[in-house]
Amino acid sequence: MTSPGDSGTREIWPLWEVFLRPSRGLSHVHAGSLHAPDSTMAVRNARDLYTRRGEGVSIWVVPASAITASDPDAKGEFFESPEGKEYRHAVYYTASEAVPHL
Amino acid sequence: MIPTTNRSASTALTPEAIAESIAADETVASEPVALYALGLGDDALVLAHRLGEWITHAPELEEDVALGNIGLDLLGHARSLLTYAGSAWGTSEDDLAYFRGESEFRNRQLFEQPNGDFAHTIARQLFASVYFDGLYRALRRSTDPTLAAIAAKATKEVDYHLDHSVQWLLRLGLGTEESHRRMQRGLDAMWPFVGELFRAETGLPEGGVAHVPLDVTDGGTLGGVVVDLEPLRSAFDEIVPRLITDAGLTVPTVPFARGGGREGRHTEALGPMLAEMQVLARAHPGVTW
Amino acid sequence: MVTPTARAAATETGGVRDADDDPQGDGRRRFEELLASESRVEPTDWMPAAYRKTLIRQISQHAHSEIIGMQPEGNWITRAPSLKRKAILMAKVQDEAGHGLYLYSAAQTLGIDREEMFDQLITGRAKYSSIFNYTTPTWADMGSIGWLVDGAAICNQVPLCRASYGPYGRAMVRICKEESFHQRQGFEILLALMNGTEEQRAMAQESVNRWYAPALMMFGPPDADSPNSQQSMAWNIKRFSNDELRQRFVDMLVPQAEILGVTLPDPAIRWNEERGHYDFGDLDWTEFSEVLAGRGPANAVRVSRRRTAHENGAWVREAARAYADKQATASAASRASAAPEKIAS
Repeated sequence: MTSPGDSGTREIWPLWEVFLRPSRGLSHVHAGSLHAPDSTMAVRNARDLYTRRGEGVSIWVVPASAITASDPDAKGEFFESPEGKEYRHAVYYTASEAVPHL
Repeated sequence: MIPTTNRSASTALTPEAIAESIAADETVASEPVALYALGLGDDALVLAHRLGEWITHAPELEEDVALGNIGLDLLGHARSLLTYAGSAWGTSEDDLAYFRGESEFRNRQLFEQPNGDFAHTIARQLFASVYFDGLYRALRRSTDPTLAAIAAKATKEVDYHLDHSVQWLLRLGLGTEESHRRMQRGLDAMWPFVGELFRAETGLPEGGVAHVPLDVTDGGTLGGVVVDLEPLRSAFDEIVPRLITDAGLTVPTVPFARGGGREGRHTEALGPMLAEMQVLARAHPGVTW
Repeated sequence: MVTPTARAAATETGGVRDADDDPQGDGRRRFEELLASESRVEPTDWMPAAYRKTLIRQISQHAHSEIIGMQPEGNWITRAPSLKRKAILMAKVQDEAGHGLYLYSAAQTLGIDREEMFDQLITGRAKYSSIFNYTTPTWADMGSIGWLVDGAAICNQVPLCRASYGPYGRAMVRICKEESFHQRQGFEILLALMNGTEEQRAMAQESVNRWYAPALMMFGPPDADSPNSQQSMAWNIKRFSNDELRQRFVDMLVPQAEILGVTLPDPAIRWNEERGHYDFGDLDWTEFSEVLAGRGPANAVRVSRRRTAHENGAWVREAARAYADKQATASAASRASAAPEKIAS
């Protein structure tokens, strides 16, 4: 399996994933991707491409090839473990429902 | 000679807001201030037009977007400055942009230089951005509140323009043999027009035929209003040669051109540019678009 | 092949997985479940090879259209008749470059790189919307493009925000949001002309006459002659048929034309009470096929301009790459290459 985010030798500028913080207090969220020769230019290109209308106050760029993701086929074994652990959620605790400030 | 009086210049001014304020008789530039604003406005307008010529021709799509952003910023500065200048004569930004002849344009000659290849454009952007950066920073402290407000907005934008040209200077200077050669040629081609950037502002005295330097001393007509260019030249001389050598390039030694843009003397590049820019507006004088 | 817990670089730039990679048919079952439940297909999901191929073709053609579409309007940036119009036009053409980039990114998640898509475009192997092979001889064309061409594009694009392929839908959401001003500015250009002098009014009407039919053809051939549409609708890529969208567009245009005071160049247009829609005349599809076949007014110019820009820029792209390589070599020891870079808090 090749690393698909790594555009290899064919593309002269590599692909970068761009994350924007829409405003202070919020997390960076994936906005899209772009091509740039290096991280400095990637940040600048991201500013021009993804914040022309003031969409962000902070930018992260990450080489697409540097991202490791969970296996999409592993949904079963990988994400099912929270099921059956309802006690992790507040709504599980019904006996204390009417108690104020709890 | 900019006094230290602090003006509240934090609100960004749009050309439309300036026009409204003029219409309400709240803002009127004096003749010398208008001539000064006109010169700065022409600098920005002519350069914005040149950057507009790049669109669809840039070396990469990302760069089309970047050059477009810079052009739009400059066009915004031009519109504000021309609108303000026009308040002295009852003319609009468009009257000034489209219905003056070549010899009435007051831009310094650097800005009208053709785009050439990308390296020529970066060289022009580098010199222009260092000049604008120093100029608008100082102009924020102008005693003229409109100029100060325009400068406050422009400063933030020009800061980014400077960074853009510095990043590309490094990449072209240190990239490949070809890019190095082209970047050096670009610097050499634009260098003659650097000298004029810091030559004193001039104005045409009432009834006079020859331009004279504007009186920018404390007691003079424009004392406190306009930016003293001497400190800007020192800053340029300190910053630019270092940037050029950091990029592995040589500071050009070609002599400065005679200049004279502020007095309406231009290189052959401006005429055709204006002919194109003005052709449609002049075919339909007095209409609304 | 694939490690059980992690797959390298499988974010928006997913690996290509199709029929060969689905021996048990689990992938296909999951794909069909996603479509049935109106959910989204993401880059790393299994998908049929034909679905992938259709999307690559459609998204890349869409991207090319944005990029080629910069040219007919770019033609007037240097001659815009007022500084305000110049600024609006520059911003609009610049947006189109941005939209092309969003779409190329979306296509890239399907396993084709941008260099390959560029190559298809500049060698004339790729299609793009034929509308951009028409020329813009007058300023009023900036108005017609905004009002009619962008108007038709918006009708086409809004449903695409719900396209089943996640990255395409997301790109379209961003594009639709940004394009909301494009149609309005075009309408206002025409409105100013129609409120102006006799010459200006004539300029506006002449331009609308030229753009009306080509804009209606942007929705594609009549449903009966559009063989790919059915499959695209089944895959939730396309949401409405060509004729449905064309009708919706005409229904919008007629009252707008009345406000403008322009005449739409189709004498057959009239309100049909029974259908609740405007009737309109047949379009000249032979002209459409001519332009599509490359015999339009500007086909050759559009592609060659793009090719020239790309070729003239090669030394710049190579320089930036060479610089990046040198910097990386120089600081390899001290730098964690995967660390995100930030510029502000």
